[in-house]
Amino acid sequence: MSLIELKNICKDYPIGDGSVSVLKEVSLTIERGDFVSLMGASGSGKSTLMNILGCLDRPTAGEYWLDGREMTGLSADERAWTRNHRLGFVFQSFNLLPRTTALENVMMPLSYAHEALSEQEERRRAGAMLTRFGLADRFQHHPSQLSGGQQQRVAIARALINQPPVLFADEPTGNLDSRTSEEVLRLFQELNTKEGITIILVTHDAAVAQHGGRIIHIRDGMIAAPETPGGAPVQGGPAA
Amino acid sequence: MKILRTLFTALRALRRNPMRALLTTLGIVIGVAAVIAMMEIGRGSSESIRTSISSMGANNIMVRPGTVTASGVSFGSGSIKTLVPADCEAILRECPAVRCVTPLIQARAQLVYASRNWVPSSIYGASETYLDVRDWTELSEGEPFTEHDVRTANRVCLLGQTIVRELFQGESPLGKEIRVKNVPFRVIGVLSSKGANMIGMDQDDILVAPWTSIKYRLSGSSMSMVNQSANTASSSRSPGDLYPASASGLYPAASSNSTLAVRFANIDQIYASAVSSAAIPDAISQIASVLRERHRLQPGQPDDFQIRDMTEMLKVLTATTTLMTNLLLCVAFISLVVGGVGIMNIMLVSVTERTREIGLRMAVGARARDILRQFLIESVVLCLAGGAIGILLGHGGSLLVKQFLKWPVATSPGAILTAVVVSATVGVVFGFYPAWKASRMDPIEALRYE
Ligand SMILES: Nc1ncnc2c1ncn2[C@@H]1O[C@H](COP(=O)(O)OP(=O)(O)OP(=O)(O)O)[C@@H](O)[C@H]1O
Ligand SMILES: [Mg+2]
Repeated sequence: MSLIELKNICKDYPIGDGSVSVLKEVSLTIERGDFVSLMGASGSGKSTLMNILGCLDRPTAGEYWLDGREMTGLSADERAWTRNHRLGFVFQSFNLLPRTTALENVMMPLSYAHEALSEQEERRRAGAMLTRFGLADRFQHHPSQLSGGQQQRVAIARALINQPPVLFADEPTGNLDSRTSEEVLRLFQELNTKEGITIILVTHDAAVAQHGGRIIHIRDGMIAAPETPGGAPVQGGPAA
Repeated sequence: MKILRTLFTALRALRRNPMRALLTTLGIVIGVAAVIAMMEIGRGSSESIRTSISSMGANNIMVRPGTVTASGVSFGSGSIKTLVPADCEAILRECPAVRCVTPLIQARAQLVYASRNWVPSSIYGASETYLDVRDWTELSEGEPFTEHDVRTANRVCLLGQTIVRELFQGESPLGKEIRVKNVPFRVIGVLSSKGANMIGMDQDDILVAPWTSIKYRLSGSSMSMVNQSANTASSSRSPGDLYPASASGLYPAASSNSTLAVRFANIDQIYASAVSSAAIPDAISQIASVLRERHRLQPGQPDDFQIRDMTEMLKVLTATTTLMTNLLLCVAFISLVVGGVGIMNIMLVSVTERTREIGLRMAVGARARDILRQFLIESVVLCLAGGAIGILLGHGGSLLVKQFLKWPVATSPGAILTAVVVSATVGVVFGFYPAWKASRMDPIEALRYE
């Protein structure tokens, strides 16, 4: 059983009287431990697809199987639970809570987890996470007191605090310079190889995409002809 | 536990903008302060009314002679002397709801001691049970007079604090002789202080003596002299009336040892005390039936006496203060509602402002109810903080009123509890809509919100 399976996912946005079709019958399979780069022109529907994958948005039609469960039919609360426990999401714009310390930002998903942890335990875990990403001396810093790369590392720590098997990153390096991008991407790679976390990453940059094992191209809301650097097996394709 | 955490989150969110939080909750602060101040002042005044009434004798029942109407002309209250000492005894004997009873004779006279003189507002002649009836048994000095004193019309008296102050000026009056209308009375006791009653009369400006002494020794038997209420029959003035110093009266004062025939004397009032305030209505009806029987009144004939008690007065006064307090409370509650609308307004603004935060929280797994709880607790915390400030302000305000206006004030734990409950309720009621709106947001729309 694959970790992620999309079957004929469609997404339409109502515009005026009619509607615009952003995703057209996207089908796609991602295995456990994959590192997938999603590429495509601006407006091709990458973010839309990521949001559906991250259970933030619902498709207009189609099925989304995550770890053997169909996601599109779940209730809002069940999807919230899935986002909390099963998925990590990293945004291009970091999306950290302003005027809140790095530590508290990382702790936030823990407070929505079902298991009630003590405050100390939450702090300990968040601290360990930040330390792992080289932010041991930045616990009490607010986002505005951190560099872009540091902010993104805090965001990654937050995404991983509940130890999800999958991490989605929508242009995580879009707001970073090339050196910091490199750092962040190395971090992703490490997570992928050392911890077996499945990573799906959106990027415009072919060089960034090279970090991943597998590249999926999207064109006008459809999966384009696949490229397989590193000889990974072809699994996504138009109307598979 | 989880609630506690949410509480801290809420506090943190509010701390990000303390000035706005303060302004938001100002309506609640003012409302709660008003409620607290109103309730404390209201309770203070009704309590002071109650104590002043009970100082006048809360369980007391006064029986006065009634009006007499002859050929259609009413002579007004007290125009006939229908009450006799035997009525007193009958009341005590036959009315189980009456605890004790005393006849009362009122007089007005000048008191002289050494070179000083004073006209007290009340000179009462009563039996030895008077202090018991008035619930005034504690003397500050000396001894009360006894049944023997009453029977023998001894010229002894008890003085109120005001008279002691005016006549003796620091000296102990015990054993001294004062002259009442030139009749010497020996002071055997000093009453404890009762203060002013609720209509502002000084209750300590009083002389109490055996009623027999007042009635027979002070001024012979001429009631027009002794009694405040004039009897039409005895309205012809004696010389003693015009020249009180030469108090000779029609019947010269009997020697202090002789027992007097008190059976047929008239008295001004009967003062009775019910066994409890709950027993007052029973006591009144029992007294009425005893008196009607003794006065041989046919059914249908009007009473020749009037019975009064304090409960009526208490009711009227309490009703007035309660009405005022309630009106002011209404105003205070309106201000609380206005404050609540203010909270709702700002919470809506805050929800809109923090749309991205809401989206983010949802993206990392907050459920709708988590968001609802967060914003609800935030508004409740805001309101409770406002309520707490309001309680302090209101309490401080009522203390100031007590300090500078000398109004009676009573702290009321009930008011504080009410204020806390009300402000929490305002927080929930007016915070619910914004919180519900926040919880209904779509995560992806919220994240995209600019
Ligand atoms: N809420 C929306 N309502 C209507 N149209 C939308 C909405 N969101 C996205 N679209 C449309 O869907 C298309 C795909 O958008 P999407 O954000 O997925 O592109 P993208 O591939 O992520 O582009 P970029 O690389 O610039 O981020 C765009 O043409 C956009 O106009
Ligand atoms: Mg995008």
